[in-house]
This record gives sequence, structure tokens and C-alpha cells, in this order.
Amino acid sequence: MSNSEQNTNEYRRKFLAQSAAVAGLAIAPGIILNQVAHAKSDSDKATSANRWGMLINTNKCASGCTDCVTACKTENAWGSVDGNTSSETHSSKEQQAQWIRKVTITDKQTGHVQSLPLMCQHCETAPCVDVCPTGASMKREDGIVQVDKHICIGCRYCMMACPYKARSFVHEKLELQKATAPRGIGTVESCNMCAHRVDKDQDPACVEACNKAEHGAMLFGDLKDANSAISRELKKHGGEQIRADLGLNTGVRYQGL
Amino acid sequence: MMSLRQFAKHLVVLVGLTALPVLSNAGELGPVPPKAKMKASEKTECVEPVGDMRKNHMEFLLHKRDETMREGVRTKTHSLAECIDCHVTPDKKGEFARYGDDKHFCSSCHNYAAVNVDCFDCHSDLPESASSKLRTLNQKNPHHKMTEGGKK
Repeated sequence: MSNSEQNTNEYRRKFLAQSAAVAGLAIAPGIILNQVAHAKSDSDKATSANRWGMLINTNKCASGCTDCVTACKTENAWGSVDGNTSSETHSSKEQQAQWIRKVTITDKQTGHVQSLPLMCQHCETAPCVDVCPTGASMKREDGIVQVDKHICIGCRYCMMACPYKARSFVHEKLELQKATAPRGIGTVESCNMCAHRVDKDQDPACVEACNKAEHGAMLFGDLKDANSAISRELKKHGGEQIRADLGLNTGVRYQGL
Repeated sequence: MMSLRQFAKHLVVLVGLTALPVLSNAGELGPVPPKAKMKASEKTECVEPVGDMRKNHMEFLLHKRDETMREGVRTKTHSLAECIDCHVTPDKKGEFARYGDDKHFCSSCHNYAAVNVDCFDCHSDLPESASSKLRTLNQKNPHHKMTEGGKK
């Protein structure tokens, strides 16, 4: 091998090594950017690029299990857990708040029994938002329907308008609320899909509890992201809306109804 | 005609009476809010200059409340929960004053100025750590024992 040939080979080797390093650098930031794009920082606003939704598989939902309800109570400090309560102590059963409840449906013909959690269905065209005289009942850009208690006057029109009976009114003075779930006398409240958790890229408390109990009947995710688990599952197997005839385009869908 | 001696006597009494209320209130002119847990940073006392906070805290809170509630912005500056966390501190016995009590940070001024706020109708008047402890305590020793779903 001549001297010049050896030099050329060495040059080529160095060139290839350098290009590989540059390529590596170019790929790495791309991967990081992709991850950042999915995470919401504290200062980011909720945008219409997302629509949060839930898919509930009634065949996986165990009858008698109320883990989702208990988790919601603990997360948002409402109702009583194990017969003990720290919130409403003077209200009657009918008056007490109920953000989420377990419903049992029996088919009289076949005797088939189904159990499912029912809460705010986070409608796209929400009747509660329509009827609110003050603008307190509102839908966030990302589809979460909730009550702005700062301007709620407690008229309860929204409770009348909701086809799912998902809202409650607080009848008595409360104290020691959770910092993430303020609630108080004279205002209406309901499931807000744990907005404080969603803003931190966490699943709602009910979904987390259902997964922890290994039922996996609840799936939370972005309906606008075609690659999210919920969108893929909905595309593959579909999902029903409760009272689909009302045309509300609910964010909470059910399978197995 | 008043003698010079009598006049001097009256003067002493008059001066004494005028000075009395001022002396008895010495050091307690106006509200005395409890000290915060820590400084916001090494250079600043609070998240805004102290004078600004005293005058405009309600504006900051109002702006932040709409941002958080309606737009999902979860930054800590101007968040009521963070204010409470730092400013509502326990006394020497480790006990927390509640809203309405002169020793509670917010009440120390609001009682003095006779301004009522409804923040604490819905928000806790204590830091989350203290609230959750009291919640558990209340659950163990309920003021009314309830059955699931409440009493009839």
C-alpha cells in the first residue's frame, strides 16, 4: 500500500466517524423535542389541541367494586369514606355531593347485570354550559367541563339541565378542603376529570384506582391524538355515548353497554 | 383668677391624659401579621415588593384565579394555596390559628380593617399539610357519625 493511499483511507475513516457523531447529535434533539411536545408545563395553558376523554369498559368493571368512587372522594375530599366524613355532616343523603357513582343495570329479559361508573360526561355541547346565567358553568379549551365557583350563584339551572344527573349542590358550610379541590356552600360542583392532575400529565384519580385494582376498566387520554391508547381503542372497537340521541358528543364513552 | 401653681398642676394632668392612650398602645399601632415561613428568594421578601402586596394582593389573586381555573395555568406565583402555605404558620405549640382569629395571617389585617372575604368559604384557611392532618382527625372522631350516604 502506498503512502498516499494510506492517508486517504485514514481521512475517510475520520470523516465517517465524524459524520456519524453529527448524525447522532441531530437525532437526539429530535427525540427529546418529541417527548417535550407531549408534556404540559405549569405555565402552559390548556388548549384545543387536546380533548380529554375517558373510555369505560363495562365488561371489565367489577360489580361491587367502588374503588373509583372512593378514590374520587379521597382526591377531592367529598362524601364519606368507610362511614366517616369530614365534609358534609349536616346534609341529608339526597343533599350530599356525588361527583361519581356506581350504577347497576339489569336486562330484565336476559337477566344480564352490568355495573358502571357514571359521572360528568364532559359533553362537547354541554347543556349545563348553555343554561348557566353567569358563565360559571364552563368548558375548558381541552374539553373539561367544570364550575367556576367564583362566579356561581347557586341557581342550580345546570343541575336541572344535565341529562346525567352528574352535578351536586353544596348545602352547608365546609372547611378543610383540599388545596387542589376547593368546594363550598352555595355552589354547584361535579367531576372535573381531576383537572389539577391532568394539568400535571397524570391520570384522573378514578382511572388510577381502577388500574391499581387491576380491573383496567377505565382508560383516560386525548381524543384528538390519533395515536393515543383511547383513540386507537375507540377506532378499533368503538364506544357508545349514554343518551347518544341528545347529540352532545360526550367525552366519556362506554364499551359493552 | 388661676394662680400660676394651679395652672401648672392642670397642665401636668392635661399632658398626662393626652399621653395615656398613646403610651398604652405603644408598639401596637395597627395590625401585627405573623411572620411568613421563609423569604420568597434570597433578595426578595415576598413574590412582589411588600408594599405592592399589601395594596394589590387581591388583584394578583384575582388574575391568577381566572388563569388557573379557566386556562389550567398551574404556576406557583400569586397562587392562593402558596400564599397560605408560606404565611399561615403554627404558633409555638404547633397549633394553627383559623381564619377569623386575629392570629391568622389574613385575619390579622382583615379583622383590623373590617373587610370580609369569601375565599375561605371554598378554600382551606390552612396549608395542605395541616388541613389533611385535621381531616384525618375529624374522620376518626367525627362530630356526627354518618352511615354511607348520610343520616336520614
